[in-house]
Amino acid sequence: MSAESSIPKKNFLVRILTMNTSNQKSGRSLPLWRQLLLQLLTLAIGFEVMFPILYIITLSLSSKTERPSQLQLIPQEISFIGYQQVLTRPTANPVSFLELLRNSFMLSIGVGLVALLIAVTAAYAFSRFQFKARQILMVLVFIPLLMPAVGLSTPLYLLMNSIHVNDCGNGVTAISPFFDCAANANSSLIFNLRDSLLGVGIAMISGALPFAVWNLKGYLDTIPHELEEAAAIDGADSNQVFFLIVLPLAIPQLAVTFFLGFIGHWQEFALPWLFLTKPENYTLSMTLYNMTGQYASSIPWNRFAAMAVIVALPVAIIYIALQKYITGGLTTGAVKG
Amino acid sequence: MATMTETMGTRKKSNFSKTILPYMYLLPAFIVMGVITFYPLAYQLVVSFTDFQTKDLRMGLASPVLNYIGFKNYIDIFTGGLPVQNFEFMRVLIYNFWWAITNVMVHVPAGVLIAVLLNSEGLWLKKIYRAVFILPVVVPPLVVATIWRNIFDDQYGAMNQLLTVINQFFGSTAVVHLHWMTDYAAPIPWLLPGGPLPPAYYAMMIANFWLGWPFMTVVATGALQSIPRDLYEAADIDGASGVQQFWNITVPLLRPAMIPAAVYGFTLSFNLFAFVFFMSGGGPARSTEILVTFAYDLVRNLRLYGAAAAFSVIIFVVGTIVFLITNRITRATESYSEAK
Repeated sequence: MSAESSIPKKNFLVRILTMNTSNQKSGRSLPLWRQLLLQLLTLAIGFEVMFPILYIITLSLSSKTERPSQLQLIPQEISFIGYQQVLTRPTANPVSFLELLRNSFMLSIGVGLVALLIAVTAAYAFSRFQFKARQILMVLVFIPLLMPAVGLSTPLYLLMNSIHVNDCGNGVTAISPFFDCAANANSSLIFNLRDSLLGVGIAMISGALPFAVWNLKGYLDTIPHELEEAAAIDGADSNQVFFLIVLPLAIPQLAVTFFLGFIGHWQEFALPWLFLTKPENYTLSMTLYNMTGQYASSIPWNRFAAMAVIVALPVAIIYIALQKYITGGLTTGAVKG
Repeated sequence: MATMTETMGTRKKSNFSKTILPYMYLLPAFIVMGVITFYPLAYQLVVSFTDFQTKDLRMGLASPVLNYIGFKNYIDIFTGGLPVQNFEFMRVLIYNFWWAITNVMVHVPAGVLIAVLLNSEGLWLKKIYRAVFILPVVVPPLVVATIWRNIFDDQYGAMNQLLTVINQFFGSTAVVHLHWMTDYAAPIPWLLPGGPLPPAYYAMMIANFWLGWPFMTVVATGALQSIPRDLYEAADIDGASGVQQFWNITVPLLRPAMIPAAVYGFTLSFNLFAFVFFMSGGGPARSTEILVTFAYDLVRNLRLYGAAAAFSVIIFVVGTIVFLITNRITRATESYSEAK
């Protein structure tokens, strides 16, 4: 190509088409015709990516309650009525948007923090100590990672369900399975661990914990030992090394692990949908499920679209803000795990 | 570690820290896991040998009407003896593998090609494309599934509307009315011997393609940046064409990064619960059901707890086998990359 373009007498069009469009001085040239071809391809891919996003945003900004009869990817109007309706009355149940939001946040933050707190010392032990049962215990911790979260839902459901507090009448309360009301007592159920956010949270920790240990261990392995050795020479014992040296160094990774967990728990659907029956305990993702498919014949699509955008927003914001750290954290975990 | 404990003082103290301390650090995690992971796992195994149903919920294993039925649940699952319509274990298992493999087979090449495309020197608006192409990774899969579920709606869905618009370019005024999520008729009947693939499969492939390739592009872009440029320059001097360079330089050097990513993608697709559940719910007639969605249906809707426990044990075995195979593949590529 370059040999041809050095010939002076040439068709104007050919000269334009073969002109180098690459700004870089070094490296290979990119003739215009190829640049245009590549642009066409990338634009097509860009359309593929933007198609559902534009579609859902356009829908969410529409004021029409009837379903779309024509394809619209660019908003014809900007109306927040869909959002407004979702925020004031998200479902047919008597539950406010703030309660749904609170439930979602409580589950995702609570599970993330508790898992992190328990995982960090275990990750440290696996990363820094050599001890007899290390291999076996590591396999034990990571076994649950082999299993899809749904695989443990049956026993967790049954076990949580067996823990409840009953009012036996006459001011007597009994906590099953440890105490039960007398057989003839007229008991009524006060609290069932299975049907509560606490129970769902505990069940979710069983999936979150191995992941947190794995992720943190991968990172701790990459922290050089020299600092700890220097501290030990200065007379610090193992606990001091852990709390004063390792823990502060690991804070960025603790944050990344927490946010990765948050992204997962925010979308958690299987366990809450299995465990919870009271509308006031519902989470945002459960509400979103109620707005699609067979359950949603009466829900206007602008409301559904607004809900989809709202559920996606926290995750998207965290991802974009922490993109560099998240991919970095995942790969250090993956390589060293 | 060795230098550290030796400098810490007496031999006795180092022995103590060597033997007891690690276990103290592990204690909280193991107490918690004992209660909410290992005990439930054992409990699951016991329940899988019973006919645990709603009637036994109150009393649990102490229920007087609970029967131990040996391997009946397992046999029922394999022979179709469960009181569940449209369920054959082997068909679901084959479909599950097919679903995961076909997804990866599409995502990885697409991801690599797009990464190479974005990597071409001097491409205009590169930064904008990079930012836009990452968007599918950012949206929660659950939301993605609900959006695509509506896009494939047969009455009001955007896909049929898009096809109608495309049709108009070819002079046809017909309104497209494909029943993506509800039709049974297989567009390509011979494709999978385990059972025909309904349009819902293709709809889900399209939706999951949207979700899947950007991750592969992220991985491939990272790996591309570590390929030394002079390799291409040398190939240029030797007169190798772009296609030759792609096959002989790019592909071999991307392989060590892409195989673990493909394995990760495979496991992810294999157990893609929320996406499948939200998009098709396993339907129509369980033809897009995967193992995890069926297990969930057994607990959540059919309430056959004994059978669900047995099914989960089977999933665990399948998962372990898949892990052993994929782990071997990853290990093999690790040594390959080290040998390089």
